[in-house]
Amino acid sequence: MACPLPDLSEGSAGATAAADAPSAPAITTLDQTPLATAFVIHEVVYPEDGRGWNQRLEELGFLPGERVLVLTRGRPGGDPLAVRVGHSTFALRRAEAACVRVRPWPIAAVKP
Amino acid sequence: MTATAVVHLHPPGRLLALVGNPNCGKTALFNLLTGSRQKVANYAGVTVERKEGRLITHAGHAVRVLDLPGTYSLHPRSPDERVTCEVLHGQALGERRPDLVVCVVDATNLRRNLRLVLAVRRLGMPCVVALNMTDLAERRGITIDADQLSGALGVPVVRTVGVAREGDAGLRRILDDPTLWLRGAAHETQHEPASLLADHDAVRSILQRLGLDELIPHEASDRIDRVVLHPVVGPLLLAAFLFLMFQAVFAWAEVPMQWIETATAWLAAGAGTLLPAGWASSLLVDGVIAGAGSVLAFLPQIVILFFFILLLEDSGYLPRAAFLLDRLMGAVGLSGRSFIPLLSSHACAVPGIMAARTIADPRDRLVTIMIAPLMTCSARLPVYTLLIGAFIPQRVIGGWIELQGLVLLFLYAAGILGAMLVAWVLKRFTAAGRHVRPLMMELPQYHLPSPRNIALGLWQRVVIFVRRVGTIILSLTVLMWFLASFPTPPPGVTGAPILHSFAGMLGQALAVLFEPIGFNWQISVALVPGLAAREVVVSALGTVYSLSASGIDAAQSLAPLIAHDWGLATGLSLLAWFVFAPQCLSTLAVVRRETGGWTWPLVMAAYLFALAYLAAFIVYRSASLLGGN
Repeated sequence: MACPLPDLSEGSAGATAAADAPSAPAITTLDQTPLATAFVIHEVVYPEDGRGWNQRLEELGFLPGERVLVLTRGRPGGDPLAVRVGHSTFALRRAEAACVRVRPWPIAAVKP
Repeated sequence: MTATAVVHLHPPGRLLALVGNPNCGKTALFNLLTGSRQKVANYAGVTVERKEGRLITHAGHAVRVLDLPGTYSLHPRSPDERVTCEVLHGQALGERRPDLVVCVVDATNLRRNLRLVLAVRRLGMPCVVALNMTDLAERRGITIDADQLSGALGVPVVRTVGVAREGDAGLRRILDDPTLWLRGAAHETQHEPASLLADHDAVRSILQRLGLDELIPHEASDRIDRVVLHPVVGPLLLAAFLFLMFQAVFAWAEVPMQWIETATAWLAAGAGTLLPAGWASSLLVDGVIAGAGSVLAFLPQIVILFFFILLLEDSGYLPRAAFLLDRLMGAVGLSGRSFIPLLSSHACAVPGIMAARTIADPRDRLVTIMIAPLMTCSARLPVYTLLIGAFIPQRVIGGWIELQGLVLLFLYAAGILGAMLVAWVLKRFTAAGRHVRPLMMELPQYHLPSPRNIALGLWQRVVIFVRRVGTIILSLTVLMWFLASFPTPPPGVTGAPILHSFAGMLGQALAVLFEPIGFNWQISVALVPGLAAREVVVSALGTVYSLSASGIDAAQSLAPLIAHDWGLATGLSLLAWFVFAPQCLSTLAVVRRETGGWTWPLVMAAYLFALAYLAAFIVYRSASLLGGN
């Protein structure tokens, strides 16, 4: 249970990720993404000081294939972040957002 | 109480449990189903609020309803979520496994909510899905075919609107279907390894089949958030709101507080004349009536404060406030979630400490409880008023700033800064404090608050406050009355009778301890009954100075007396003492109950005493040096 889930994103992402080749996109972490720009969750990784954050994030809906975007960042310091995932909005600390590895949303330049 | 010795007697009748994600409108639906037929208590052994009610089905049958704490999954992370999980598995202490589970889902967010339905379905219990907030969903152009969804999930689905009258009619009707309560037989408990990802895929394929697999932006909420979470405008709005709230707490509460005080005084006078003078009359008048009156006098403030907090909670603004303050709280090792308990503590630390239950992280919760008493509670106000009136000159500085008001503001700020300092020290010097604390807090969509839910919530909190705190304060005041009244002075002795009592003896012994911070024996004696409730210090000082007057009158005639009798340094030192003053006993009693032992209340009393002594010492010595003797 404790280990990170294998990368099943290709299988689960279904229609949303189909447009993109699996190897090409640059993978970054959610805390590094620009505001209001959609990304696809690639995987949720185990954080350095651990303690089950990745599982919690997945339970909240941070699952491979889901669309995420950062709505706002707190000032100063860019912490915390308001993140939209699916239909929900969550406040995440930067360290929490760093556990979410994302790749660009397949249809370029979708800026909702 | 040992777990093995408990015999559980369950009331008869069918038991239904409401389960759902946080913010799915579950509590509103519960309120609609049960009306005012609710019982609020705690689950056995944990400080998680347990809400039970009774609903009448369409055909007129009574069903017990349990409103389980909201959860995102059946893998519990907080004490609240653990309760939900244990009740559903039939493992909760003193709880029967429900006969039927109603999964409440937010129709505007099936994507997340349906995963929990799949997990609950796997438990093999009879299950119904209440498709809640269908009104909002339709307004947003989401039309959900309940029959199709029911077919896809394999459980009955009914539409509900938690905030509309008759919004629960469908659910009440379906509960009369006898086969509903037996359905569990069809779903045997599946022990397949539950995979979130598999559930997520299942939900997505259901949504695709129903034509709902689209992401619709939350335009209204997003537009509000652009202002509310704005880095500059957001904090200003929050500050303005808090300012308004505090104005309301103190301004609006003044008149009803006076009514309560007048009523108490009238009752005490009436009882005093009716009863023959003696210890029985004194117990009733000085102990019971004065004690109960001192609790009830804070009720208006608490009602107003909770009204604002419920308004913030119901509208969805509260997590935004926590978001804005998270950075600040994070700097001292707490999270934005500690904001509510600390805010409530400005009325009284007791409800504030009880509100700390919402903090999932045990360490954050403990730190919040420990610093909550440093917030200036309203019981300190009468003392501040007396001392400021006596020692701070009425002067206007800079044309419009009133010096006395400025000092009061400074005292509030000193409490908050003190709390931040303590939290920072705990962060800096404990291993657990240096970890990054998880936040992961949902920012739900905004809703117009429902007057019905606010009224119900307010009523419940008032009842809890009066019942729990009333009993604690009342018994402590009676105890203090005993200590201050016995033994009675021998006949022919002049001076205040309190001097000869246990409290008087204790106070005079304490005077040695308090002498270095400038307190005379009168103050030391008055501090003893002040342990029961802080504002009692004012009337106790009056008693010691042999004034036979009630609290209000004492404050008026006492001010010139102490201004004459004490030096400025003593007055300022007593003010500093009260910023950090060791707790009233009811706060310590609540801390004992919330932390489950005597360790933390004792630690709290000790550290607050040390802090107060230190602050008063520094103030007294510097003021004396500067010639304010």
